[in-house]
Amino acid sequence: MNPVRKKRLIVIFAILAGISATLGLGLYAMQQNINLFYTPTEIASGVVPQDARIRAGGLVKEGSVKRNEDALTVTFVVTDGDADVTISYRGILPDLFREGQGIVALGRLNADLVLESDEVLAKHDENYMPPEVGDALAKTGMLKHYEEAQGAK
Amino acid sequence: MKWTWFHRLGSPKWFYELSGRWLPWFAVATVLLIATGLVWGLAIAPPDYQQGNSFRIIYIHVPASFLAQSIYISLAIAGVVSLVWKMKIADVALQQSAPIGAWMAFISLLTGAIWGKPTWGAYWVWDARLTAMLILLFLYFGVIALGQAISNRESAAKACAVLSIVGVVNIPIIKYSVDWWNTLHQPATFSVIEKPAMPAEMWIPLLIMVVGFYCFFTTVLLMRMRLEILRREAKTSWVKAEVARLVGKKHE
Repeated sequence: MNPVRKKRLIVIFAILAGISATLGLGLYAMQQNINLFYTPTEIASGVVPQDARIRAGGLVKEGSVKRNEDALTVTFVVTDGDADVTISYRGILPDLFREGQGIVALGRLNADLVLESDEVLAKHDENYMPPEVGDALAKTGMLKHYEEAQGAK
Repeated sequence: MKWTWFHRLGSPKWFYELSGRWLPWFAVATVLLIATGLVWGLAIAPPDYQQGNSFRIIYIHVPASFLAQSIYISLAIAGVVSLVWKMKIADVALQQSAPIGAWMAFISLLTGAIWGKPTWGAYWVWDARLTAMLILLFLYFGVIALGQAISNRESAAKACAVLSIVGVVNIPIIKYSVDWWNTLHQPATFSVIEKPAMPAEMWIPLLIMVVGFYCFFTTVLLMRMRLEILRREAKTSWVKAEVARLVGKKHE
């Protein structure tokens, strides 16, 4: 390769490396702002600001969904395995909402560390399967994670 | 290493002749693969146990997203070639693939939004993956606008090449956003080293669609590049002869 081209190539890669480093450090510094939601562990450890609108995300705990008899209010517990956070929500839940499902709730933390939410989004995971396979897994108990809890309905 | 093939690519005439021979093959492959993939994916593949039939939008969404990112990487490679080797054909490729990439990014965002409403409960969420993908669309707009705003061909080529190369840092951010941060968007179902988190009767049609989309891109890009070469080289004798041949054929 002739020296002029070689020099240009080196300059291009140097610029690219510089930009990547700058952006990488910037994104690393802003990590908490880029995260879409706080995990229950973060909420429990108190890093989450109170009285601010935040999102909490995690798996809906089995058997924790309680529906109010005469209103649309639902309370349920979201967990990441280490810590739990209780969420109360008024409104219509997305179709994919069920116990064991990953969800993200937007709302305010009150003094009792209950998230008073006005928006619940279902988080889909990367697994896909035909309904028959899902049924078969459910029968053998391997689909515990996704088991449809009739109590929730 | 023999570099003759690489330098020969720089000759518009040579590229025009070569691409003319390739074009029909890619066109046929595109039609066959996309037709097979669509019928298989939309009608034959089983529905998902949770999402039902709405998951079938991945047969458009995933290939379009792959392509939107791949095309941007190819923009950056073309940018490097055009800056370092001053190869005009690289600039033609860069300019002509940018609009295709922008459309793919747009299709990816649109199908994602349509799928997001029934699945997540929202058309749009400002999570890292979705935002980075939107930035990719804007980068495409930037390259297209820059190429058209600067009237001097050589300065335009330089500016577009620089923007393409700088913008490529967004690609790993898109790819790894779902691993680095908490996002609503799910992590990748497919990886090179692991078995897909999806049964074969679902991913084979998807693979066919992905290959079909790549063939589609190649076909459209070659057609656009050939037209652009004819336009740019309009004053050369071989283009005059070629145009006369094409026009003459039509009037017969």
